[in-house]
Amino acid sequence: MIPELGHFALALACAIAAAQTVLPIWGAHRNDARLMAAAPALALGQLLALLAAAAALVWASVADDFTVQNVAENSHTLKPLLYKVTGTWGNHEGSILLWGLILALCGGAVAAFGRGLPSALRARVIGVLGGSSVGFLLFCLLASNPFNRIWPPPFDGRDMNPLLQDAGLAFHPPILYAGYVGFAVPFAFAVAALLEGRIDAAWGRWVRPWTLASWCLLTGGIALGSWWAYYELGWGGFWFWDPVENASLLPWLTGTALLHSAIVVEKREALKVWTVLLAIGTFSLSLSGTFLVRSGILNSVHAFANDPTRGVFILGLLGLVIGGSLLLFAFRAPVLAASGLFAPLSREGALVLNNVLLCSIAAVVITGTLYPLVADFVFGAKISVGAPFFNATVLPLSIPLLLAMVVAPGLAWKRARLAPALIRLWWAAIVALAVGLTAALGPAKAFPALAFGAAAWLILGSFAEIVERTRLFRTSLGESWVRFAGLRLSVFGTTLGHAGMGVLVAGVAGMSLATERVVLLHPGESAESAGYTWALDSLRDEAGPNYAERVATMRILRNGELVARMEPSRRSFPVQKMTTTEAAIHTNGMADIYAVLGEEREGAALMRLHYNPLAPWIWVGALIMSLGGGLSLLDRRVRVGAPTRARSAGSGVQPA
Amino acid sequence: MSPLARRRALLLAPFGAVALAGAGFYTVLGRMKQGRFDPHEVPSQLIGRRPPDFSLPGLAQFQGFDAATLASQGRPVLVNFFASWCVPCLVEHPELMALQRDGLPIWGIAYKDQPNAATAFLTRNGNPFARIAADLPGRVAIEWGVYGVPESYLLDANGIIRWRTAGPITPDVANEQLRPKLKALA
Repeated sequence: MIPELGHFALALACAIAAAQTVLPIWGAHRNDARLMAAAPALALGQLLALLAAAAALVWASVADDFTVQNVAENSHTLKPLLYKVTGTWGNHEGSILLWGLILALCGGAVAAFGRGLPSALRARVIGVLGGSSVGFLLFCLLASNPFNRIWPPPFDGRDMNPLLQDAGLAFHPPILYAGYVGFAVPFAFAVAALLEGRIDAAWGRWVRPWTLASWCLLTGGIALGSWWAYYELGWGGFWFWDPVENASLLPWLTGTALLHSAIVVEKREALKVWTVLLAIGTFSLSLSGTFLVRSGILNSVHAFANDPTRGVFILGLLGLVIGGSLLLFAFRAPVLAASGLFAPLSREGALVLNNVLLCSIAAVVITGTLYPLVADFVFGAKISVGAPFFNATVLPLSIPLLLAMVVAPGLAWKRARLAPALIRLWWAAIVALAVGLTAALGPAKAFPALAFGAAAWLILGSFAEIVERTRLFRTSLGESWVRFAGLRLSVFGTTLGHAGMGVLVAGVAGMSLATERVVLLHPGESAESAGYTWALDSLRDEAGPNYAERVATMRILRNGELVARMEPSRRSFPVQKMTTTEAAIHTNGMADIYAVLGEEREGAALMRLHYNPLAPWIWVGALIMSLGGGLSLLDRRVRVGAPTRARSAGSGVQPA
Repeated sequence: MSPLARRRALLLAPFGAVALAGAGFYTVLGRMKQGRFDPHEVPSQLIGRRPPDFSLPGLAQFQGFDAATLASQGRPVLVNFFASWCVPCLVEHPELMALQRDGLPIWGIAYKDQPNAATAFLTRNGNPFARIAADLPGRVAIEWGVYGVPESYLLDANGIIRWRTAGPITPDVANEQLRPKLKALA
């Protein structure tokens, strides 16, 4: 009964979404206030219906209702409760439902927080979001229904892919999807602006918090996924340039570009057409990534039920959303008047450079991801484009980006001079050069050394903005403190966002110095690697709730002193007939000691011993970036729908 | 071209590019559905050719074989690289037993496996193999281009490799790929 209610709620949500598309947009067109006023209520109604549908699916999974096909295929009575709940979105059907739910949440958020928007714009934005919802909910209902029943039910479920039975990954999809789907809001704003034929500074101001929120979530989601790959796949790497990873990186790159170009729209009313295109492009890339992975077109380590028939449905959906919006763009964008002229060397110019570089990186990543498919399909050649291509192409584009992103915040709008912006960074430049040279003379190769220098430059240079604004060391500490306390939160946001990138770059550069050793050890034996003694004490069997586990007990010693005890293990899941490696990681913040238990032969275990310098910095850096974005979001001037008010005088802050 | 027309043409470009990509993906999906294109397939260099020359001793009491014997059977033979220490080999084992019951001769090559461990594995689970050769150093596997166990090759009556799969022969693989291939060869 409850799955049927869920199914009904899903269909109801789809019907409400259809009304949410037609009524407000028609109302905005006819300037009918009553029709426009229906938008928020419909958006909230759709959200409630989808919440009910999602709750029904979770209930079916928790109650082990194996008459529901989705539950029978992905759950098992012995599966821990946490994974019964999170498993509902760990499969294709459930993830599409989650996708629809988050899209409805976006609509609900615009309805709830968008009170300050002009009613026509709000009606159109909610309408466009409703239109995207209709597509996804139809797809869910027609081609991937999570509530399908099977009869007779199997005695027990087929269980979930053991790789996904992991606490970190359990919350990865909701965060990542919230990031992907969140870009539907800037997209809806862009389409609404095209429908209206008008974009001004206010539009830029309204779009930015939504973009920022999605960007924070996407950053967090990607970092969480990469962290999972690091500790669960047990390969010792953090980024594999796998199509699924690239699919998440692409909207992040263009979304970052959008975040910056929207600033130009807000402050200077320039780059309007470009910003609209970026907003459409970012959401399109979010959608296309899902399509490429789910249709089975691209090879990936991430297993989803690949199905070309489903692929055709999603392709049609994408054609409508992306094709429709780009066609609208082609017809309406020419009327958006360009204004706000600026010199090439100015804050605007720097943000254009940011956009050019980020979009070039995105183009390179698209090329590398799709080329194997093109080569296979057109020339019949099986090739694989891997890390060497991406490292060789992305790194040279990243270095100028990293160098420029420190200088840019110090440039003035309209027309700037480079010298003052550079002079105030002299100390950061000296330290960065020293760090880079030390790395180059030490163990690092050319690119990692450059990356170390860039990381130092980025971290210190980002704080230069705050040092400059508080006139630290140039005035009394008390005066500096007053200035510091008066700084807008978005200044800290920018600083943290950029500095977080620096921390991440340092982590990536550190990983290039990682060492790996594969050894065959009997219990009682030990091996030397990276200056540590890795002693294998024992091997034992243990039983988990739905798996059997082989656990190795290790001691890590340095100069005879105990550093850590570690227990890497291998789990075999009888239902899915799969084995997962559980790497043991000991971190001190500056490096990870990482051990993996492999196959066993004649009483000896094959062990991989990794030493990964600065590895934790990668995720800490991403977290700092996310926090920076969150801090900016708290700034009242950026906050959703907040009316712009002149700042109270007397805080002593220089205008930006 | 007037500036406005040029601007329009430029702004139509994203749509054009996306439409082109969409058409491309549509064709790819169509071919995938018809089974004429599989982006996941990793082809073996050996498809359509004879296996490299080799000669392997038998595993324990079993009979070994060489390339010439393999080619002179006059009917299709499945060559299966396996090892007792490999979990996916255990996964595909029931399917191999079923294929053997259906009359397909399966010749095993024990890859880097100790004879007593391999025989214990077969005593415990049943033996689907007509002949079992031992490739203790793993040299023959390298020459065949095997990149992991299990890996299986189907040879036709003339000893030409017609089909290969890397990874376990699950019921899906057997029913959707191997059995149709066998039918086509018969």
